[in-house]
Amino acid sequence: MGISSLWVYGELADGALSSMTTEMLAKARTLADDVAVVLGTDASDAVAAEAGAHGASTVHATGDLAGGLQGVNVAAAIAAAVEAGTGPAAVLAGTTYDGRDVAARLSVALDAPVITNVVDLEVDGDALVGTEPVFGGTTNVKTRFTGGKAQIALVRPKSFVAEETGGAAAAVAALAVPDSGAAGAAKVVDTFEEQSDGPKLDEAGFVAAGGRGLGDAEKYAMVEEVAQLMGGAAGASRAIVDAGWVPYSSQVGQTGKVVKPDVYLALGISGATQHLVGMKGSKHIIAINKDEEAPIFGVADLGIVGDVHSVVPKLIEALKARS
Amino acid sequence: MNVVVCVKQIPDPAETGKLNPETKTLDRSSKLILDESDSYGVEMALQLAEAAGGGTVSLVSMAPNNEVSGLRTALAMGAESAVLVSDDALAGSDALSTAKVLAAAIGRTEPDLILAATESSDGYTGTVPEQIAAVMGLPSVTFAKSIEVGDGSVSVQRQTETGYDSVTCPMPCVVSVTAGVVEPRYPSFKGIMAAKSKPVDEVALADLGIDAASVGWAGGGQEIVQIEEAEAREAGEKVVDEGDAHERIIAFLEDLKVL
Repeated sequence: MGISSLWVYGELADGALSSMTTEMLAKARTLADDVAVVLGTDASDAVAAEAGAHGASTVHATGDLAGGLQGVNVAAAIAAAVEAGTGPAAVLAGTTYDGRDVAARLSVALDAPVITNVVDLEVDGDALVGTEPVFGGTTNVKTRFTGGKAQIALVRPKSFVAEETGGAAAAVAALAVPDSGAAGAAKVVDTFEEQSDGPKLDEAGFVAAGGRGLGDAEKYAMVEEVAQLMGGAAGASRAIVDAGWVPYSSQVGQTGKVVKPDVYLALGISGATQHLVGMKGSKHIIAINKDEEAPIFGVADLGIVGDVHSVVPKLIEALKARS
Repeated sequence: MNVVVCVKQIPDPAETGKLNPETKTLDRSSKLILDESDSYGVEMALQLAEAAGGGTVSLVSMAPNNEVSGLRTALAMGAESAVLVSDDALAGSDALSTAKVLAAAIGRTEPDLILAATESSDGYTGTVPEQIAAVMGLPSVTFAKSIEVGDGSVSVQRQTETGYDSVTCPMPCVVSVTAGVVEPRYPSFKGIMAAKSKPVDEVALADLGIDAASVGWAGGGQEIVQIEEAEAREAGEKVVDEGDAHERIIAFLEDLKVL
């Protein structure tokens, strides 16, 4: 009984394991007898050491994919291992751009379901049970795998706290990537880094986020200014991302990033359930909204019923006066 | 160029959702509307077909009760026709079953390009487009910020954590489109009138050659074991701005020692 072997799909950020990866490792080692990382690139000594320190016994690395996409190639490699009897009983991937591709491709390759948007996991017999928040996090739904096939779960960021166990460096094993033929024909030909000042949205200790209440796209500059003055990051509700004011990468919510800063300042955000699920784990929440019935006030520690166009410029002046 | 757009018809997100206590799935018995996320895929398809100097844009959808109101919205934007898969056996279908059904429906046409949103606004698994590609054995690019159609291939800017990747992919292929990258057109009055007579081909599982036992509740491989209220966050103080609200915020931040 229990989960004998679990692989965590690993992603790198600046050459080290991403926080999403180490968060999953922290949970994974409480679920399975043996935990490994599967990596769609080469595994450096530093990454092997880090994986081991977070409780992984092995890093299964495909090596460089020569421009091939993570999803189709990593999934094919895991599926081949499962079919050869050397693969895992369960796979965790993060709810990231590549993590979702890996889980989706793997589910088809193994004809196995994916439990998505998981914020907690437990073991029942030999099956994983995933907890998924719905309706903006007011209700939790627990789903158990029943098929007896490989169990694949997509984990939301910041669901678990990464913690080193002091384990020895993980062994690095080469993982063969079968040729996916036509399905593997997409290739990355170039990579562009967008310059951004200050901390990343999902790592910042302070987040200022704007919504439809800003009125028009140009007013988003206020949100960025507050974020910058506080040494934090700027985010957005889905409404203004859909409206094209700010890029998708700024979106906070169910379909965007999950943030848990010390302070979250919501500016002109009504607090649709879609948005709340991405930010209500913040330690402290301040909200400014004209509508005193706005749902955002239901989760705010300090709620200001007022116009962002009058409060925020004064707030900016006050912050500037202090710096 | 033939473009197929996958669209979902969902309960109005402005209304509070609820779970059906018997089936433990989202109650979709109310009137359904076009998922706003999908309007970007429809717009992108229309623009790409125009840029390619012509072609057809058609829709594929799966919904209970032969629901077509959301499809009519997308037809009014300019899509030419739609295939709607509706079958009682599909109730309870997970993302993988949904992808198998949509893939079979798409396979009845011969598209050059299949577009979808990155995720629906109600189920938001975010796996269906990639699963459709996998079922059909096609390459795919998810999270597209822009798409350019070249000779037999597409060039896609794919969103990444730190910027974007430029990806080339031969057609036919599946591309999922992030919201906000194009401005969906409003259906004109003429478009709305024309949409009423555009063809919607309603098909059942048997028409697609899919075994009912492989989808829906039977095909899931998972069961919902518990539904519980989440721990609620307490609301704090609420004050009406009298012109000095910024000082309240400063004081609050000082108390937290972040200022």
